[in-house]
Amino acid sequence: MNTNVISPEMGNKKFLNKLESMKIDVHACYQCGRCSSGCPVSDFFDLKVMEVVRLASYGMEDILLNSKTIWLCAACETCATRCPNDIEIAGLMDVLRSLALRKGVTPAQPRVPVFHQSFLDSIKHWGRAYEIGMIAGYKLRSGDFLGDMKLGMSMFMKGKLSILPHSIKEKSEIKQIFSGKGKEYER
Amino acid sequence: MRLSYYPGCSLHGTALDYDHSVKEICRRLDIDLVEIPDWNCCGASSAHMTDHEIGMRLPMRNLLLAQESGLDILVPCAACFQRLCAADKELRKNPEFWDIKDYSPSFKIIHISTLLSRPDILDRITAMTSRPLSNLTVACYYGCLSLRHPKITGAINHEMPESLENIVKAVGAKPVSWSHRTECCSGSLTMARPDIARKLVGDITDAAKRAGATAMVTDCPMCQANVESRQLDNGDDGRLLPVFFATELIAAALSGDYPQKQQKVHLITPDVLTNLFVSSNATREGSA
Repeated sequence: MNTNVISPEMGNKKFLNKLESMKIDVHACYQCGRCSSGCPVSDFFDLKVMEVVRLASYGMEDILLNSKTIWLCAACETCATRCPNDIEIAGLMDVLRSLALRKGVTPAQPRVPVFHQSFLDSIKHWGRAYEIGMIAGYKLRSGDFLGDMKLGMSMFMKGKLSILPHSIKEKSEIKQIFSGKGKEYER
Repeated sequence: MRLSYYPGCSLHGTALDYDHSVKEICRRLDIDLVEIPDWNCCGASSAHMTDHEIGMRLPMRNLLLAQESGLDILVPCAACFQRLCAADKELRKNPEFWDIKDYSPSFKIIHISTLLSRPDILDRITAMTSRPLSNLTVACYYGCLSLRHPKITGAINHEMPESLENIVKAVGAKPVSWSHRTECCSGSLTMARPDIARKLVGDITDAAKRAGATAMVTDCPMCQANVESRQLDNGDDGRLLPVFFATELIAAALSGDYPQKQQKVHLITPDVLTNLFVSSNATREGSA
């Protein structure tokens, strides 16, 4: 599919149906721009939030899944809170990220999903976040070996990073949650 | 008062001292905390940002565990609070979808500042304060997740909240009026994009300094760690703002002591508070 053409006729209907099923009413957007003007990370985006919403209403899934914006969104919920038409914009960003991961789209900001993955791996394994394991996983996968070494050491010295993982008893229940057998995958 | 307690991972790791101060002031205020047995991580931002179902099922397990005692759930971490509220709303609306026969607990999920800013609790805090923190000028910083989305958190005044200001006033500190109280510090991006975190934290701390604050006060463990650590990166002009937990200030004011052990957990030297507790003739030691 040509990812450069922006047209409602080229829109992905399955994508639009998914948004509808999740009650994310992107068609309600009248481009007032409150979302974009309040977004704290907007300076770093390739698509402004209001552009994301309009592209979503056209069903332009490919452009959205390949954008930097979906990974740089910090999930602060300012956009959705201020939207005069009550559009769940932060929820839209969640949908876009999970679609990008499930479809294997190469992320335009690879370190961000690598961070999320490393964090979730530690939960999958122990039931609770294990910071040192997560940091090691992130560094190995992202290749970002030097970043924040000083900070990490200083946090360790201050007792903020525990050497041993915090494990829960019923880890099998957590494994089940991560097993990919959830209802939403069937749809 | 008896409450279920969900500390969350941060309070067992990077914000261990937050857990300690919450427990200490609850003990002093006769609030019994019953930790939810075998609680798991709520998934924080990473889970819901990448997988809706995992982001829901992780906090749901905790709610089902909490259902057994039925007590209201106290949550100090803003991210955990938001995720537990989101899962609670979803479960109440549609339990069958999540394979739960019946979900109608009478408990409420309560963020720590909502509890502490109740008028009766504020009165007790003021009455029990043995060392008022007078002359401590602070910028109260809420961040995002205890407030937004208000449909989830139930926050009133989500653009102009007052709970932290009321809490710090109760222990005699002076909150400044400033602009960035509910701005995001990009905690969820801080590891992968420290440059963005530096910019956002710089904007926030600049605004706090412009308003005359010498410290910040928060109730979010991610904000606390991110705003202190990224300020260090920014280097600034030597006027770095330590970020206190609201409960840390209350514990100090009630006990009349700001122990060295607590001073040392800060990445930014908390001299502004330490100095209030040092009598004029005593020598101050170790403030790393």
